[in-house]
Amino acid sequence: MSTLVNKNLENLFSDYQSNDFYCELFGNSQKGLRPDTQAIIERLSKLDPERLRQRSQDAERELYNLGITFTVYTQRDVIDRILPFDVLPRVIDAADWQKIESGVTQRVRAINHFLHDIYHEGKILKDGIVPNELIVGNPNYRPEMRGLQVPHGTYVHVSGIDIVRGDDGHFRVLEDNARTPSGVSYVVENRHLMQRAFPDLMEGTGIEPVSNYGQKLHEALVEVAPAHAPHPHVVLLSPGSYNSAYFEHIFLAREMGVSLVEGRDLVVENSRVFMKTIRGLVPVDVIYRRLNDDFLDPLAFNSESLLGCAGLMEAYARGNVTLANAVGTGVADDKAVYAYMPRIIRYYLDEDPILDNVETHICREAEGLQYTLDHLDELVVKPVGEAGGYGITVGPKASREELESCRASLLEKPDNYISQPMINLSVCPTLSDDGIMPRHVDLRPFAVTGKETWVLPGGLTRVALRPGSIIVNSSQGGGSKDTWVLRSSQG
Amino acid sequence: MTALLSRQAACIYWMGRYIERAENLARILDVNETYSRDSRGGQNWRSIVELYNDNNRFDKVYDDYGDENVLRFYVLENRNPSSLVSAVQSARENARTLRPLISTEMWVHMNVFSNWIRGTREEDLREGRLSRLCMQVRQECQAHTGITEGTFYRDESWYFYQLGRMIERADQTTRLLDVKYHMLLPSLHDVGSALDVSQWNALLRSAAGYHAFRRVHPTGFAVPNVVAFLLFNDAFPRSVHASISQFESQLTELRQKFQLKGGANALDELDELRAVLNNSSVDVIMSRGLHEFLDWTQQRIISVGNKLSADFFS
Repeated sequence: MSTLVNKNLENLFSDYQSNDFYCELFGNSQKGLRPDTQAIIERLSKLDPERLRQRSQDAERELYNLGITFTVYTQRDVIDRILPFDVLPRVIDAADWQKIESGVTQRVRAINHFLHDIYHEGKILKDGIVPNELIVGNPNYRPEMRGLQVPHGTYVHVSGIDIVRGDDGHFRVLEDNARTPSGVSYVVENRHLMQRAFPDLMEGTGIEPVSNYGQKLHEALVEVAPAHAPHPHVVLLSPGSYNSAYFEHIFLAREMGVSLVEGRDLVVENSRVFMKTIRGLVPVDVIYRRLNDDFLDPLAFNSESLLGCAGLMEAYARGNVTLANAVGTGVADDKAVYAYMPRIIRYYLDEDPILDNVETHICREAEGLQYTLDHLDELVVKPVGEAGGYGITVGPKASREELESCRASLLEKPDNYISQPMINLSVCPTLSDDGIMPRHVDLRPFAVTGKETWVLPGGLTRVALRPGSIIVNSSQGGGSKDTWVLRSSQG
Repeated sequence: MTALLSRQAACIYWMGRYIERAENLARILDVNETYSRDSRGGQNWRSIVELYNDNNRFDKVYDDYGDENVLRFYVLENRNPSSLVSAVQSARENARTLRPLISTEMWVHMNVFSNWIRGTREEDLREGRLSRLCMQVRQECQAHTGITEGTFYRDESWYFYQLGRMIERADQTTRLLDVKYHMLLPSLHDVGSALDVSQWNALLRSAAGYHAFRRVHPTGFAVPNVVAFLLFNDAFPRSVHASISQFESQLTELRQKFQLKGGANALDELDELRAVLNNSSVDVIMSRGLHEFLDWTQQRIISVGNKLSADFFS
């Protein structure tokens, strides 16, 4: 790698080695330099490491003072923590972005078709493309949604599609988030932070702006309002200040200029939703809800929940209020359904997927099961019903006993598993205590859908701050980076 | 423009109250510290607990009314919702809920303030340091109000913030007077003594009113004048009357500007209080008992707050 950077000068990247991983700044050694990022590399190279560290500390202090935190739950109390911020940006050139943008848009279109279908005719199930029991037996499938019409057929208004890049430089979708994906606030705040910390660095680089996200989201939500509302009143529904994403809820309400409500602020009368204000009850037309289905309405779902609003589903079913995202979208971001996503895209759109899945073997299918059993020591085996990484067997790192136990589980309940190859996530140069080091990253672009889909040019780049780690999750020592999408006129 | 949520109106009102409370508590602790260091020494800190009617709460946490305990209770104690740390933390929590409404500068300062005060330790309460701590609290509170004045958007929420501050200030000024008059009353033959005068001086200073008082009364120093100044003076911003008047005009303006129906009952309640303040002479009040008058005033203030809450916050 060091042969690829400017050898003549002592610069920021003199000692940087991306090893065998694909580097988001330099590309990889086999394929050579990425032309579009040259100007940025030169600019970054001139930074003095000490000054970089100083500005990084300034930025962290600013984050602290701004209280930009996520909440970590421990047994006894709740602690606000800051998502660590790395000052070296992740750069996406125009060609790569074009692919991500069109791939995400395609995926969202397919997901919305799919959700409409499974809550209406269920053609894809009858045609045997996706197994019926996978959908109807899914805990995230909501029978309440059967036959219900949603404006413009949009079920997923806000989505975050997790994307990784492997050794070969190809982007692949790792996961679809079609319920209440978080993180967009960091995308915008990270950018503001960079603009304050490195105005000289960003000047004239042709980076796509991200600060209009709130406005775009509000426009989309107005588009999907019930027909009866000439001036739709949009609110954001939050579980409250103890939720881990509360900072984001605040951010979005502010950016959209709408009220941030909690369940206790809402009341349903005559199947219409109102909010309690100092001037009495004010009607609500669109709710961007950051509350899971289970908690939305104690009359319809979890009767124990105090977070939602009684009667909300009734108002929704009558078309008197729009919920974004719609109820029951969780069935589309399920791990088992994910495996079928390439087929779902082909079925509804008659197009090849622009972004591939990570190669996935479906163990409920004979072929997939056989392949998985034959390559157990090379594959990551994931149970489809479990969340949060529980029950995963990482073949290359597993002991003989673990592999055998995995084999037994597979044979006993093949339907419950998928398997994927290990992916060597791409890296970004990242400021660490030992200098500029390669650290693994992923990317979550955010798509907003009203009548049409718009993808925010940027996205949340999460970075694993520990050497060699591929865990980018914020609760496990991950941080974030500003994500720069270069304008197509560049390079 | 969307209407202010009832819950948020309550939050911003209480944010104003908590900060005002913190500032005044710092003033009261400071003045008591001054008394405790005067020539007689050994001022009893227990009087502060009685001043705030906190005995039950205090007894749950501590076994005795030693100076260290009382100070800890009012500065650091998380279990006391009225301690400086708790008041600032509560204000910060309310601010967090109000982030969509308040300015970024208000929020940043609130974070800096609450991070600083959470770093306060036992040793900061020791003799000689308490005064510095109280001064810093006052300055942070004033920085907060200054930032708010300069950056907060003037919609309904601004008015609720002002209402909270003014009602708390009126209440706290009555308590500040009470510290001296009821709890710290020297024996009768001390009245008018050098010690007595120096204590009234300290009290005026802690209310930031000494120089203003001097402008009204350039010479001499009569206790009724001090009491009248803190109760009735319209031009002194911390007097009970000035705070109540501010409250009333803000509430009236809020109702008119935003065509709100609520608030009429609070205004009615206020009328009575204002009539008494307008028509009472300090001599009559003092002869009947200043403490009793202050107590009555506090009851009226509580009642105004309850009526406001019933109309807007539920």
